Amino acid sequence: MNDAIVQVEHLRKEFSGTVAVADVSFNVRKGEIVGLLGANGAGKTTTIQILLGLTTPTSGSVRVFGKDLERHRCEILQRCNFCSAYTALPSNLKVRENLRVSGGLYGVPDLFRKMDALLSLFEIAHLKNKVTGQLSSGESTRVNLCKALLNDPELLMLDEPTASLDPNIADKVRKLLRKIQREQGITMIYTSHNMRDVEEVCDRVLFLHKGLIIAEGTPQEVITQFNHKTLEEVFITVARSGDLLEETT
Amino acid sequence: MSWCRIQALVLRYTYLYTRSVPRVTEIFFWPLMDLLVWGYVTLYLQRIGGVSAPANVFMFLLGAMIFWDILYRAQQGVTLSFLEDVWARNLLNVFVAPVRIGEFVLATYIVGLFRITITVAMLAGLAYALYSFNIFSLGMSLLPFFANLLLMGWALGMVTTSLIMRWGQAAEALAWGVPFLIQPIAAVFYPLDVLPRWVQPIALCIPATHVFEGMRQVLRGEGVSAASLTAAFALNAIYLVAAALFFRYMFDVARRKGLLAKLGTQ
Repeated sequence: MNDAIVQVEHLRKEFSGTVAVADVSFNVRKGEIVGLLGANGAGKTTTIQILLGLTTPTSGSVRVFGKDLERHRCEILQRCNFCSAYTALPSNLKVRENLRVSGGLYGVPDLFRKMDALLSLFEIAHLKNKVTGQLSSGESTRVNLCKALLNDPELLMLDEPTASLDPNIADKVRKLLRKIQREQGITMIYTSHNMRDVEEVCDRVLFLHKGLIIAEGTPQEVITQFNHKTLEEVFITVARSGDLLEETT
Repeated sequence: MSWCRIQALVLRYTYLYTRSVPRVTEIFFWPLMDLLVWGYVTLYLQRIGGVSAPANVFMFLLGAMIFWDILYRAQQGVTLSFLEDVWARNLLNVFVAPVRIGEFVLATYIVGLFRITITVAMLAGLAYALYSFNIFSLGMSLLPFFANLLLMGWALGMVTTSLIMRWGQAAEALAWGVPFLIQPIAAVFYPLDVLPRWVQPIALCIPATHVFEGMRQVLRGEGVSAASLTAAFALNAIYLVAAALFFRYMFDVARRKGLLAKLGTQ
């Protein structure tokens, strides 16, 4: 696939004999938003960590922008970014200070203009001089998203970005992510336990179960494949039955 | 190496220190307490020793205390910078950025150097004000001693950080404990020949031993020992390379075992 930004082949990861990812292969095309779905322990976080170069695979290969991740880690990370509900920016730094440091790590040109533009986009420009630890979780998430977009990433990995947001802000964030993706053509890999998020944001989903991809396609295709009405029903069924794939295919 | 990334990391740690009252206090508080305790202990020793007390006991003990603090703060500069990111759950944000290991380590070295400069300046000023002890009486020989303790502190810092990276926050206590493991045999407050004969060869493998022996020699007015300094620099070169290799190895182990991600989110 020529326009594949991410190429994962036969990825396997074991931790002291426990298989976290059994055998996963997939591609992500340029400009696509791909959702990694699965219950806890399905292997999606490990897959994201491998794609970020935080964890090395036991076997298999990962190529990003056509380059081997292990050999060109820093070069690839320069063109990526990450936002997770489970990481935080230092709480005793002001928002602008955190963004300044993050921008410096990526060598962002014209950093202050970029910071202002992103803060305005996420409607948090008034928080620029506020200490990060004093922000609400919704505001923190939006600051994290600003940080993740500072370097104009070509590949953005989002780990449950709307996990701590109220429905109103979550909806705004989803729409913004879609807008940014349309305007800038950013490729995104998205994990979430919120199936509404996934249906609304993702072009394609990969359903993981016990370290294997058991279903793949657009959200609607996956729903149809499992004879359900919503992705949430599919999720619950998959989480409760490991043998689902055999029943439905 | 990207100077821009190193600058960003140093800026981040500078913000952290200047924004936190406990962190700023910590730079001054413990060294000040050490100085007061050691200063008055020395005064007492001089008093009970009467005329038999060596006149330069004051210089030996206070000089050693200030020098020890250089090593300790250098080690802390490296280790605590790493721990700050762990405590702030910010480690992943650093390691998913295109930061090279060398850049990260170099930034922690620079932060350590800032901390030491502030601490030593304060200690030197107070030692002079309270006890009329002038550390600068060591003259230019102060610089190579300072440099050696800094290098050894950095090497110890890298080893400590590697261990924390491998064993997680359970190993946090090492950040404060590791330097004290070597203190009894590094001839910090007493000469090498006080140590049991069988310990002395081990002590001579520690760069700091040569620094503290050299410092006492200078304070006795015997001049700088080129042999002590050469030994200290040579040992430090070996330890720095070994510590860097150990850090790299542990970083790879942490990535293989998924510990980096775990440490960054726990």
